[in-house]
Amino acid sequence: MTGPNVPGQPAPRSSTSTREGREGPGGPRRVRPSWHPAGLRSPARLRQLGVLVLLGLLAAVVTGPTGNSDHPLRAAWDSIADPRIVLFLVIAVVLWLIVALGGQLRTLAVRWTTPVREPVGAAYGRRGGPIALNLALLAVAIIAPMLFSTAAQQWMVDGVGIYALLALGLNVVVGYAGLLDLGYIAFFAIGAYTTAYFTSQTAMPWHAPFTLNPFFVFPIALLLAALAGVVLGAPTLRLRGDYLAIVTLGFGEIIHLLANNADGVTNGARGAFGVPHLSIHLLGIDYTWGIDPLPYYYLLLAIIVIVMIAFGRLERSRIGRSWAAIREDEIAAEATGVATLRLKLLAFAIGASVSGFAGVLFASKQFFNPQSFSLQASFFIVAVVIFGGMGSRLGVVVGAVVLQGLTFYLRDLVAPADRYIYFGAVIVTMMIFRPQGLVPSRRRRREIELSEAGVGAADALGAAPTGARP
Amino acid sequence: MSRAGSHRASARRGGAAAVPGARQPSMMENVGGDPGDLVVEARDLSLRFGGVTSLDGVSLRQRRGEILAVIGPNGAGKTSLFNCLTGAYRPQEGSVTFWPQPGQSTELLGRRPHAITRLGVARTFQNIRLFPALSALENVQIGTEVRQKYGPLSVVLGLPHARRAERDGVRRAADLLDLVGLAHRTHEQAASLPYGEQRRLEIARALGTDPRLLLLDEPAAGTNPVEKRDLAALVTRIAATGVSVLLIEHDMGLVMSLATTVAVLNFGRMIAYGSPSEVQRDPAVIEAYLGADSGTGPGPGAGGAGNRRELG
Repeated sequence: MTGPNVPGQPAPRSSTSTREGREGPGGPRRVRPSWHPAGLRSPARLRQLGVLVLLGLLAAVVTGPTGNSDHPLRAAWDSIADPRIVLFLVIAVVLWLIVALGGQLRTLAVRWTTPVREPVGAAYGRRGGPIALNLALLAVAIIAPMLFSTAAQQWMVDGVGIYALLALGLNVVVGYAGLLDLGYIAFFAIGAYTTAYFTSQTAMPWHAPFTLNPFFVFPIALLLAALAGVVLGAPTLRLRGDYLAIVTLGFGEIIHLLANNADGVTNGARGAFGVPHLSIHLLGIDYTWGIDPLPYYYLLLAIIVIVMIAFGRLERSRIGRSWAAIREDEIAAEATGVATLRLKLLAFAIGASVSGFAGVLFASKQFFNPQSFSLQASFFIVAVVIFGGMGSRLGVVVGAVVLQGLTFYLRDLVAPADRYIYFGAVIVTMMIFRPQGLVPSRRRRREIELSEAGVGAADALGAAPTGARP
Repeated sequence: MSRAGSHRASARRGGAAAVPGARQPSMMENVGGDPGDLVVEARDLSLRFGGVTSLDGVSLRQRRGEILAVIGPNGAGKTSLFNCLTGAYRPQEGSVTFWPQPGQSTELLGRRPHAITRLGVARTFQNIRLFPALSALENVQIGTEVRQKYGPLSVVLGLPHARRAERDGVRRAADLLDLVGLAHRTHEQAASLPYGEQRRLEIARALGTDPRLLLLDEPAAGTNPVEKRDLAALVTRIAATGVSVLLIEHDMGLVMSLATTVAVLNFGRMIAYGSPSEVQRDPAVIEAYLGADSGTGPGPGAGGAGNRRELG
């Protein structure tokens, strides 16, 4: 294997070699833009500049004065003619430069920080950098709420914390197994209503003949949600891609409508009042999580950290690798002996159980009604996962922090109906410049690079449909 | 595409091109030996896609430890045969019996592909199907971990038996990478390997499932002469470890040097079966490869050699 024409030697670098990886047997190993000062003037770069300038104009219009129905366009014109427009254009150009030149900086950073790997065993070696980083982030998460107002703390629990937990669960389904689940919130609802059923005689017309401490509901809700996941998944996981998304969407709506309309069971649109707070009465310890959001915050933080560690182990195990195999090439995975259906079901059940778990926390924290389980909430979790970085645990938590942070920031500034304009803009911008998400997982980033180069079947949502069976 | 067209042609011309029915039994008798040392036996497999007949009563026997090559023109049904053996397709008629150990027979038809792989039948694909974003080691690990039993809870809790199984899987995967000569690529992304190495990585992944029968679908397609020589050595080494190899290949040089037995398919029927030299002289084979006119022409060794490419 050492002839002069050995494939495997990287081909000489040239500006056209980036997209040829597949054709030549010895194509370049990495798809990486070459460094040209003239690269800034390439059509793709100019198009990016155009998009950013347009987005800047859009932002200027959206944040500018509100028009009225008599002169619908005047307000738009006023905001563009305003001197503030300069600020938005400068931001657009600066963003463009960062995006255009960011590749060079990242290449340098990667070259300096990538450790030299031993042969076998490096996969399980120490990862000192990330551990230090994670501890620093944890410290920030512990200190941060003390610096904020009570309203913000409240939001860090209801908005950020719960959604981070939900996104971690959905990440198993979407990010690891590559299945698009648009009805994920249904399992959250199952968890919440289970809590109301078991812990209170008054919250819903339908209740258990006894009352349990909410802590005992955790395992029940976990199992019930997992069971619901299996019941939904068993017949539908044979479907691929879009079809699965549609079925789960329908399931989510069914649960939502049931909760909303079954007045005699769930108390309908009025919601469930008076679910008791979490409390411990054990071995002389008496503690109740009350109105103050901070104790809830730390409980959630602890649970999120545990879930992140657990899912990290899963991801690096036989099970995580099998999920990756299913995502990348389901037929090859099946032929290599991976029980694809069972593993997809497992991903579904694990995701659902986390959602049910979050539902218990949510229900015992506060009043809830079926609006909390609307389609919009499902979409929001999917957006958090995609925005943060599919398959990346840290990514989806950061995604929840950023998107819910944005919600909190905007709640006083713009009308509630307008809020989704900003989400749309943020997510569209993200998909243009960073389709792999804010903090992408290494595997997922490689998959997206490959699918952009035309290798492999994995697109942004997992494996593309392949091969027909007779 | 053209593949379907050729199948349709087979339905019409099949009768003329295939050998008379009376010849079939005698051909199977050539296999000889007692059935006890068989590793796989397919009987009367028929596979149809709507009106297109892909396999038309194909029977095949392979003895344990043998390297059996399946050859034939494009669209003859070779890959369909593989897909039937591995559970990817379900033929309308016939049966497939597999003996993981001597005297321990199992029916393969009706099982899902992963179950068949776990029984000990592994395969590679004609168009390479690795997990492109995983490293070479991880690709093989998927194979070596196939029969491991530990569940998600043991993983999350980090129980000792799960850790042991994990280390065991890594070690076996590393050994296999060594066997196929890819130890220096252990942590490289599969998609970044050159073509010939991807072929060998796919073989390593299949071997990871610890098969008794290994199905190689055109392992030499698109490789250069040096890689072909390495591949032949590798297949011989694999067979020497007691794994039976069933091989689809267009490179006649490779087939003639490697295979102990050759089966020839044409239009979904088996037209010849025997040792490489017998098959090479068989008039039906010569006709299938070169057309009816060149009755005394050279065998497929010269005629149908390495320049053929399977398109579908």
